Amino acid sequence: MTTYFVEDTTVLLGRSMRHITRSLDTIITVTITPIALMLMFVYVFGGAIDTGSVPYVDYLLPGILLITIVMGTSYTAFRLFTDLQSGVFERFQSMPIARSSVLWAHVLTSVVSNLISVAIVVLVAMLMGFRSSASVLAWLAVAGILTLFTLAVTWIAVIAGLSAKTVDGVSAFSYPLVFLPFVSSAFVLTDTMPGPVRAFAEHQPVTSIVNTIRDLLAQQPVGSDIWVALAWCAGIMVVAYAAAMATYRRRIS
Amino acid sequence: MTTTHTSPAIRVQGIEKSYGDLHVLRGVDLDVAPGSIFALLGSNGAGKTTLVKILSTLLRADAGAASIEGFDIATQPADVRGSISLTGQFAAVDEVLTGRENLVLVARLRHLKGAGRIADELLARFQLTDAAGRRVATYSGGMRRRLDIAMSLIGNPPAIFLDEPTTGLDPQSRAEVWSCVKELAEQGTTVLLTTQYLDEAEHLADRIAILHEGRIIANGTLDELKRLLPPATVEYVEKQPTLEEIFLAVIEGAAE
Repeated sequence: MTTYFVEDTTVLLGRSMRHITRSLDTIITVTITPIALMLMFVYVFGGAIDTGSVPYVDYLLPGILLITIVMGTSYTAFRLFTDLQSGVFERFQSMPIARSSVLWAHVLTSVVSNLISVAIVVLVAMLMGFRSSASVLAWLAVAGILTLFTLAVTWIAVIAGLSAKTVDGVSAFSYPLVFLPFVSSAFVLTDTMPGPVRAFAEHQPVTSIVNTIRDLLAQQPVGSDIWVALAWCAGIMVVAYAAAMATYRRRIS
Repeated sequence: MTTTHTSPAIRVQGIEKSYGDLHVLRGVDLDVAPGSIFALLGSNGAGKTTLVKILSTLLRADAGAASIEGFDIATQPADVRGSISLTGQFAAVDEVLTGRENLVLVARLRHLKGAGRIADELLARFQLTDAAGRRVATYSGGMRRRLDIAMSLIGNPPAIFLDEPTTGLDPQSRAEVWSCVKELAEQGTTVLLTTQYLDEAEHLADRIAILHEGRIIANGTLDELKRLLPPATVEYVEKQPTLEEIFLAVIEGAAE
């Protein structure tokens, strides 16, 4: 049945993309919180935060983009949960299709819709004065890292969507993830943090990802950060994918 | 698909399923002849849905064996899925899509050519043409169920499972579903339906089995089941119309 994987995934991707285009309010809901955070940090707290010669909006944008993606993936968990509740998931699973294409379609939809949300947030940041003279290649690298991050978080969202018992529980996974950027280099330099907090901040995934994106956009050398960032994204993705597949198999046994 | 008409279309032997200490199915055996309507009767929690899910390869059985159209559910699940269609307990339709889009989606997932034409034919057959371009979220319960069944017919699977197809429907929609099920069997489709409505089984089924506490406790034609009871004594009772008959007559009167 794997011969149909690409065909089936494409058909199902088209289906869930229609869900996005027909309820554009979900994109607005996803972007409004990060945009509000960005406004607040730039125009309220930003003046008191010392980021050297870097304009604060340039400094915080990468972290805001990660928050945008985390919030977007909670809708993926919600859409998957809705499919399970409504019986649509079982309908697909009882049909002669490549079964994993049902999950992959949700994951790919998450990537596409999150890239749209990210583009909207970047546009708002530009209105607020964000500028980058990064090359096309650097932008592509940023898009690549964000895509990898989206895939990693989306597979966590799939676990949540498959295992949630109630609609309220579906997006619970995203709350701690939304807070991770606050204890990282996303909003302030880690130098000012007390020892243990600083140690955590400097060794959690968000810091390396944020630093890499910031350096790419500022045309600075990325150093070893990019490898740490890629390793985190790939590692989380592999573990979350395996756990999601195990959760899925438990559902059908 | 070649099947000899002597072998059953659906064969279930000793199927067991437990969730922890809860023994939902304790050894279920039944055979369904090709092109017949088989009703599985049982109260809520009797295990009807669990059995249907096992037969449609959505759940694995703990013990026992079953085959659909000669394909084993454990070793040939992909072939089983190619031979069946499941209409679950709740209309499994995509609310965001239109009725037509739902049908096209299923036709494309079944890798059929001319998905649009197939969709239009089914819309006409199920009197949904006028609502074809509307989102399913705006459909009534009866329309959803009709769309749901229409989606299950795409690709003409030889066997169809209907899990409580009329639960929650008004009497008119129920009559529509009944005539649709009869039509299916006349065309040679094997229908396994579960229900908690006794009159539904009486109306539709060639054979009826009663599932109780995880076992089939009775299995036969309606006449055979009737013989299980002590012979009826003749009493004279004035025939009163049922409320359902009154309701349908009034509705039809108003429609004219």
